[in-house]
Amino acid sequence: MLDFWNRFSRNKSAVLGLVILLIVIFIAAIASFIYPEDPFRLAGKPLSAPGLNGFLLGSDSLGRDVASGIAHGAKTSLLIGLIATLAAVFIGIIFGALSGYYGGFVDDLLMRITEIFQTIPSFVFAILLVAIMKPSIESIVIAITVVSWPGVARLVRAEFLSLKNREFVQACHTLGMNDVKIMLREILPNCLSPIIVIGSLMVATAILIESGLAFLGLGDPNIMSWGFLIGAGRTMLRSAWWVCTFPGIAILITVLAINLVGEGLNDALNPRLRERQ
Amino acid sequence: MKEKLLSIENLSILLPEGSDRNHAIKNINIDLHAGETVCIVGESGSGKSLTARAVMGLLPAPHVRVESGKIIFGSNDLVKIDYESLRQIRGSEISMIFQEPMTALNPVMSIGSQIDEIFRFHVSMSSKERRNKAIDLLESVNLPDPSLIVNSFPHELSGGQRQRAMIAMALALSPKILIADEPTTALDVTTEAQILNLIKEMQKRYNSGVLFITHDFGVVADIADRVVVMQDGNLVESGSVEQVLNKPKHPYTKSLIAAVPSLNPREPRSSSNEKVLEVKNLNKTFGGGKSYFGFGKGSRVVNAVKDVSINLYKGETLGIVGESGSGKSTLARCVIKLLESNSGEVILGDKEITSLNRKEMRPLRTKIQMVFQDPFASLNPRNKVGTIIAQGPLTQGFPQDECETRARELLSVVGLDEKAFNRFPHEFSGGQRQRIGIARALALKPEILVADEPVSALDVSIQAQILKLLDEIRDQMNLSMLFITHDLRVAAQVCDRLAVMQYGELVEIGKTADVFKSPKHEYTRALLAAVPGKKWKKE
Repeated sequence: MLDFWNRFSRNKSAVLGLVILLIVIFIAAIASFIYPEDPFRLAGKPLSAPGLNGFLLGSDSLGRDVASGIAHGAKTSLLIGLIATLAAVFIGIIFGALSGYYGGFVDDLLMRITEIFQTIPSFVFAILLVAIMKPSIESIVIAITVVSWPGVARLVRAEFLSLKNREFVQACHTLGMNDVKIMLREILPNCLSPIIVIGSLMVATAILIESGLAFLGLGDPNIMSWGFLIGAGRTMLRSAWWVCTFPGIAILITVLAINLVGEGLNDALNPRLRERQ
Repeated sequence: MKEKLLSIENLSILLPEGSDRNHAIKNINIDLHAGETVCIVGESGSGKSLTARAVMGLLPAPHVRVESGKIIFGSNDLVKIDYESLRQIRGSEISMIFQEPMTALNPVMSIGSQIDEIFRFHVSMSSKERRNKAIDLLESVNLPDPSLIVNSFPHELSGGQRQRAMIAMALALSPKILIADEPTTALDVTTEAQILNLIKEMQKRYNSGVLFITHDFGVVADIADRVVVMQDGNLVESGSVEQVLNKPKHPYTKSLIAAVPSLNPREPRSSSNEKVLEVKNLNKTFGGGKSYFGFGKGSRVVNAVKDVSINLYKGETLGIVGESGSGKSTLARCVIKLLESNSGEVILGDKEITSLNRKEMRPLRTKIQMVFQDPFASLNPRNKVGTIIAQGPLTQGFPQDECETRARELLSVVGLDEKAFNRFPHEFSGGQRQRIGIARALALKPEILVADEPVSALDVSIQAQILKLLDEIRDQMNLSMLFITHDLRVAAQVCDRLAVMQYGELVEIGKTADVFKSPKHEYTRALLAAVPGKKWKKE
């Protein structure tokens, strides 16, 4: 573990990313304490500039506090990103493992299904899914999951393809081990590193998709999110720049931080570096 | 006195910080004269390859760099020389042949254009002249049909042909020095003999000096004029080939030479007549499958194992020898049911097993176990050693604590400390890992052990230890063994009987001593004739 941290911290920008990410998580965690009121509440004079009328980051056209919105939105964004990614990784592992391990007909079938999902542009597909279901936090999570699992499936399939012919897997066959055990206990732990890396990057993509959906008005109307804030402020971009800008910066920094962490994980978990010992 | 071409003086190379030793090589002195072959011998990690790379300026800078010393070539010191002058020397005056011809050649360029590059960089010739020169070169290394090969790509040639093409490239500008870094290690023994002959012949023609790096004392005996022995970055002994091979002074050289298996077959042991395994008319083909959804051409059918019948008797070791592609590994994998055979019977004890499905096969797995070739790939890097060994009995449904006790017992049987139980495979060396692999195979108390090249990835001294261990275990547990190897020296030391395979067919089978003394089949004779260092008899 310490060894892992040493390799991770060799990449300075990854550590920076991790610090930023921890700050964002911290803000999300204490949002209800620093802004105990509902972020949708009308808190004061509409369109106050940052620092005026008691608004740290200004207020929007209905007098809602932008800072409170960002703090509460952080929770939504991170949660959606995390849940959608976990679900996508779960589905991706099942599809990828089965098709990589069994090959042949199973592989053909599962990969053609995967390709159907990959051929539709992901954001358009997500919009379509949310529009068909009702815009709600569940439908957004489902939409993001549905558009992002094929990448994981492809990756896991490739890993399984190369690992299933390794001698240690063959040794398990000669011991009489069954397929499920070989897949879960022998092969899967060996492809966790790339899955963790792609998973961390998928959280960033998920946050972007969620923001994009909310921006287009397809977010959950009862839940504050960064995309919703930007959507609410976009008509007044020239008169009240702060409504769009601050949530935009929040998205930018968070996504950047997650990407940096992902890259750091990639360096630290890279099998080539690991095997150098 | 012959002209001195190269002299390495007090060369030391630093390794990056945090490596297991400070210097890759320390205070090495080697001279090379025209028309002479100097062999650098050593086990893996001895620094022999880095020495050669330092001469070519191919050290993986900036992590690994020359600390002190000189490499004098003509009037230049290759350590201090600037990059442009070094580039002029490389390829034209000093050239190199690598171990793996598949990766050393560019897969997307034809052989002809790769030879062409050398001429384009170093001399001015018209393109037609260059092409004719390339064809001449390919002809000089005895490649068949050079005008065809000049247009072919590396993957279209066999391993031996690729190595010949590499040699042609290395010799394109008749260099003064040829550096060969294990050029025959990846090749079959008959091809190896041809390549060694070719290098010698070329050396005579151009009167060049050859710096030959190898781990194989047989090759040394065949090709070297002088020998340099390296251990952990130090030069421990150097001298003429007779002196080093027959009267080694340094204890390390002595131990290395003692570890080289002798070609004199062992005394056959009394064997019983009880058959433990019977293979009848086994066939296995690869390919021939239909392509995607039945469109397009089907792939080529390869007969990997053709109509092979062998018996294995209780307590004996049956060696299966052959070159790559002879089907020996496929046969082993069919016997242990890692591959499904197409037709034929495998009778294990009293049961026919080719028709069994996996569930029916599971209880029979305890009877037959396998030891794999690559000690680095055959252990799951994520599992602890104890788990790996206990896995087999656990799978067969034995209780957890019994499995663990057995795993601990086996660790001492294979000569490992009990502390190994809670450690991960990467903490062990290649030889130790192979011991773990053997312990895993023994955990099910098998009657038959299938060993697929169990020592070919190991250094010669480790190899001797593992062979000894296998021998002891076999006597202790009265195991029968199917021993697959390409190395006739190893086969001579381990096997009671020998089966020789070629192109998937069994061409000869008999007592090891008989096969060595009076081989019946032509191919067996060719194999035996090609063993490197045949004439060298250890004292």
